Amino acid sequence: MLRTLTLAFTMALAASLPALAQDGPLKIEITDGVTEPMAIAIPAFHGDAAVAQQIRDVVAADLTGTGLFREIPRDAQVARPASFGEAIAYEDWRAVSAQALVSAEVTQAGDAISVKFRLYDVYAGQAQGDGMQFDARATDWRRAAHKIADQIYARLTGEQPYFDSRVAFVQETGPKDARIKRIGVMDYDGQNILWMTDSSSLVLAPQFSRDGRRLVYTSFDSGFPQIRVLDIATVSSRALTQDANSMAFSPRFSPDGRWIVYSREQGGNTDIWLMDAASGAQRPLVQSPAIDTAPSFSPDGQRIVFESDRSGNPQLYVVGVNGGEPSRISFGDGRYGSPAWSPKGDLIAFTKQVGDRFHIATMRTDGSAEKTLTESFLDESPTWAPNGRVVMFTRVAPGGNGQPRLHSVDITGRNMRPLSLDFAASDPSWGPLMP
Amino acid sequence: MIAWKKPAAATLLLTLAACAQPAPPVTQTVVDPYANAAGGALYQGDLAGGTLGAEATPQYFNDTVGNTVLFAANQTALTSEARTILARQAQWLNTHTGFSAVVQGHAEETGTREYNLALGARRAGAVQEYLIAQGVSPDRLRTLSFGKERPREVCSDEACYAQNRRAVTVVSATGAGS
Repeated sequence: MLRTLTLAFTMALAASLPALAQDGPLKIEITDGVTEPMAIAIPAFHGDAAVAQQIRDVVAADLTGTGLFREIPRDAQVARPASFGEAIAYEDWRAVSAQALVSAEVTQAGDAISVKFRLYDVYAGQAQGDGMQFDARATDWRRAAHKIADQIYARLTGEQPYFDSRVAFVQETGPKDARIKRIGVMDYDGQNILWMTDSSSLVLAPQFSRDGRRLVYTSFDSGFPQIRVLDIATVSSRALTQDANSMAFSPRFSPDGRWIVYSREQGGNTDIWLMDAASGAQRPLVQSPAIDTAPSFSPDGQRIVFESDRSGNPQLYVVGVNGGEPSRISFGDGRYGSPAWSPKGDLIAFTKQVGDRFHIATMRTDGSAEKTLTESFLDESPTWAPNGRVVMFTRVAPGGNGQPRLHSVDITGRNMRPLSLDFAASDPSWGPLMP
Repeated sequence: MIAWKKPAAATLLLTLAACAQPAPPVTQTVVDPYANAAGGALYQGDLAGGTLGAEATPQYFNDTVGNTVLFAANQTALTSEARTILARQAQWLNTHTGFSAVVQGHAEETGTREYNLALGARRAGAVQEYLIAQGVSPDRLRTLSFGKERPREVCSDEACYAQNRRAVTVVSATGAGS
């Protein structure tokens, strides 16, 4: 059976994947223990499309980039099937210790491409899940590749995938004391960059809406920090706040996109406010004489984690969306900040400063099971992959020429790697899995 | 210091011309009483024919009054040195009522972006509050925070951090835009 899925970029549908086959015998258990990467063979894709090998390479890069897969070297692959439909010679693949095998074919007609693939469990000697076909515009060949890699990842890990997703970020150029910043949106792997703002005014910390269509961010466009919302498709933005006597910053959407939670300063004091995204009506959520900032919604939209120094130094607190007394959830040494609630709902990632070192770390939503993932001169602004398995963050190098770079790390603390970008960037926000 | 022949001496010469023995011309030095004022600013108001003196400029405020106060790490309380500078700022603002001010709060690079924006806002607020207490009208003062976005010094050492934990009072003539 071969299912067909068309990449429809303009459909107003929520992200959804076809039912994933999870009953196959081949599966990677992702645990905190040492995991031997699964050996996967991805021989050259069949078909005459010029992009066939590029698609293959992106699929391989997606999978090996997780640290969970190891690709069988091409020169060890003696058993490539002669065509897409040909029976698999499993014993030949077992001989090179492949555990999983991908077979695919790419065809092109005008500016449309079709990618068919099947995944095989080499040791069981059978297909794992259904074959699938993705149809896309030729210019969207990378997305077709990410879709295939997502299918393979999901079938072999049992987790939701994340490759066909985008990341909003801030590009940084110019000297450290006069930095020029502009917002871009790119594929999760740093490709297909689209610029969303020019460099005429200082912009900070874009945050995706859950549907991936909008960004909220802080802009100094008026000379004073205010929050703006930007429509990605039309690259048009408008101010959400314009009170000259009150700074507004660190905005984030609620999961349903109806609310924006943000920091509002009045008379030097910063509190947490909620805004109705449609009407612009605002109301305070957390008010205290302390600094209350960096709010982030839980995925069910019922709670908000934020940073406050009401205890004397910055710690993390959780408050219900209807207000009430916030409860403190972080109690360790150091200064806690920029919390981000996992889209799975189980963990909160945050920045932790201990002495003169910075860490990205996670904890359960009740503050237990704190786990440190990174350490450097300055790590901050964690954001979650849509499947809650990977955290991307900003790592800043010290010194006058120190630049920020985006990095990602698995929530086990393994597989830390810089994103391949040829410019300095900060403030990542990982968007949803695309439909 | 400016020296010139005093024109009034001509009148004197006419009077003396009635006598057979004209007296020699009288030369007198005009001493500018402001020439050696603090900072060495030269008083130019009357000579230039205008009404503004050198004191009534943003440059004088920045260089002589002092536009910047520094804070301790993670602190927003005003030090005694900061209060001394702010008292001068208030005196200047109370004298030169044609100016308004924007107080910019800043933080060092350690600390998260969001917290540092709030910290800078609190530092700017502390300065604003002090200036108001010294008699400056609140409607002449605005605040904003740059957090850690605009360091004055760029090294990653305490020597630079100490200069970056600051609030800068930026004055401009009212009506000239803020």
